Amino acid sequence: QKVSVEVLDHLEHLALVDFRDSEGVERLQKAIQFADQLHEVNTDGVEPMDSVLEDRWCLYLREDDVTEGNCTKQLLENAREKVEEYFVAPPGNIPLPKLEEREAFLQGS
Amino acid sequence: AALNDGLRSQVSAALKEGRVTPTELCQRCLALIKSTKFLNAYITVAEETALKQAEESEKRYKRGQPLGILDGIPIAVKDNFNTAGIETTCASNMLKGYISPYNATVVQKLLDHGAVLLGKTNLDEFAMGSGSTDGVFGPVRNPWSYSKQYKEKSVPRSHSEDEESNWVITGGSSGGSAAAVSSFTCFAALGSDTGGSTRNPAAHCGVVGLKPTYGLISRHGLIPLVNSMDVPGILTRCVDDAAVLLGSLAGHDPKDSTTIQDEFKPFELPNLTDVSKLSIGIPKEYHAPGLSSEIVALWSKAADLFKNAGAKVVEVSLPHTRYSIVCYHVLCTAEVASNMARFDGLEYGHRSDMKDSTESMYAATRREGFNDVVRGRILSGNYFLLKQNYEKYFVKAQKVRRLIANDFVKVFRSGVDVLLTPTTLSDAAPYMEFIQEDNRTRSAQDDILTQAANMAGLPAISVPTALSERGLPVGLQFIGRSFQEKQLLTVAKWFEKQVQFPVIQLEEVKRHDNGVFQHQKSASFS
Repeated sequence: QKVSVEVLDHLEHLALVDFRDSEGVERLQKAIQFADQLHEVNTDGVEPMDSVLEDRWCLYLREDDVTEGNCTKQLLENAREKVEEYFVAPPGNIPLPKLEEREAFLQGS
Repeated sequence: AALNDGLRSQVSAALKEGRVTPTELCQRCLALIKSTKFLNAYITVAEETALKQAEESEKRYKRGQPLGILDGIPIAVKDNFNTAGIETTCASNMLKGYISPYNATVVQKLLDHGAVLLGKTNLDEFAMGSGSTDGVFGPVRNPWSYSKQYKEKSVPRSHSEDEESNWVITGGSSGGSAAAVSSFTCFAALGSDTGGSTRNPAAHCGVVGLKPTYGLISRHGLIPLVNSMDVPGILTRCVDDAAVLLGSLAGHDPKDSTTIQDEFKPFELPNLTDVSKLSIGIPKEYHAPGLSSEIVALWSKAADLFKNAGAKVVEVSLPHTRYSIVCYHVLCTAEVASNMARFDGLEYGHRSDMKDSTESMYAATRREGFNDVVRGRILSGNYFLLKQNYEKYFVKAQKVRRLIANDFVKVFRSGVDVLLTPTTLSDAAPYMEFIQEDNRTRSAQDDILTQAANMAGLPAISVPTALSERGLPVGLQFIGRSFQEKQLLTVAKWFEKQVQFPVIQLEEVKRHDNGVFQHQKSASFS
């Protein structure tokens, strides 16, 4: 049962990472096949496990006090594009080009 | 001199008595790093800062006020831990040039104890892999490839054949750290362990690799792979040293809310002489397909060792073992999909020149910054997290995870103290052979014996046991109860003493040795 081109395209949008070539798509197919083995296991009545520390530890809240910060200059040092104390991003709200318009590999599938 | 207890009774003693100074120690390690550059174990060598730290340490020793056993001790840190002012790359183009603005908690703790940070070690990109072959700085070479023990056993096909093509991998993903400890360029190193990434290279490089209980050591500053399984790992040349490192690193960290609140008391390991009250479990499912007959024999011999010394050795069953890798595959890729989302070029790391839109910039940045392995896991993870797949794969895997964890609970409840298993399926493969298979296949094969301990959050340690027929190290693994590191390490130390694993004989090290680096040679176990 092969993954449809629509799903592949959807994944590229969600992940903002590309399959690049047929090898990439094959890799996903094999990963799904591998994961399907999970369905051999009977998990009736079994609760999903979020954390191995579930018995020991309750996620705690701390007091709403400012204990650190004031490191704006330091944090901006690693950013490539900045203006004053802002990180600069290209314009948002512009969706990725549709499948037909992309030069990405999936066009050829 | 005892084989064990290198840091406490040998190096630390030598420093206290002035037989060697922290600066001399640091300089020797730096020189050795230079002469073993072909191993490619280090991505960054922090020479200037290391020498400064050594100088400060020396002042403390002169005043008679060292901070502890680790004061002045050269250590190395895997390059997925943040280190203030030092580049942290995760062996990826995505973080080339990224200078951490802070120290990971474990790094800060080591520095607070006076340790000297020599540099950052090489790994598989973003710790994804089991060979330390898939990073952008190239593969790490196992120091044992250049050992007398390996060269004696390898048959050159022709006189002109280089030892260049014969070298073996370190295992991974903490291969650089394992190689660094193994080749004496540092006295201990930090790795990380999500599916076996500390124990696997430890076994292949003939060093001790400890994976602590999940929640014992802070992950703050460790660039995350799988938040519910990652732990910092400890690599040393003997079990006592691992206990020393553990003592300085364990404990609650307010910056990591997944660390338990209980107070941690550092401990020294007793010299166990009577094992008659010990119960060792041998899980039959760890007799995995592909396990080499050599390792089966060593495993059996080890079990006999315990039996003959009076311990109770029982076969036990962990029925869901074979699903652990599949379960890991789903949970790991799902968490990776989430964790890797932070790399978008805006705040740090690589940023593409693409300017058309935010989304296209992110996509191009990630396209340029991540290798195939990372991108593959992100895409798989996103697939398993799709609305139509969430219950079927992600939640299903979480249920299987509980079954795997319960298997261990049942076995420990039945009276078993510690489990004994192999760490790897075979000794280290030659690089040329290893790269024939792709990363995912390799990881699935190689993680089989180590992964379940991460799934259940249990402490586990790989102890060098013997040399294989090819003259390469083989390690065996002990898995303990949650937060019972003292018991686990005590048993491991007893075992280490029995097997007397041989010291690596490297030309490079002989030239720089002054006795402080090597322990006494001794008869081997095999």
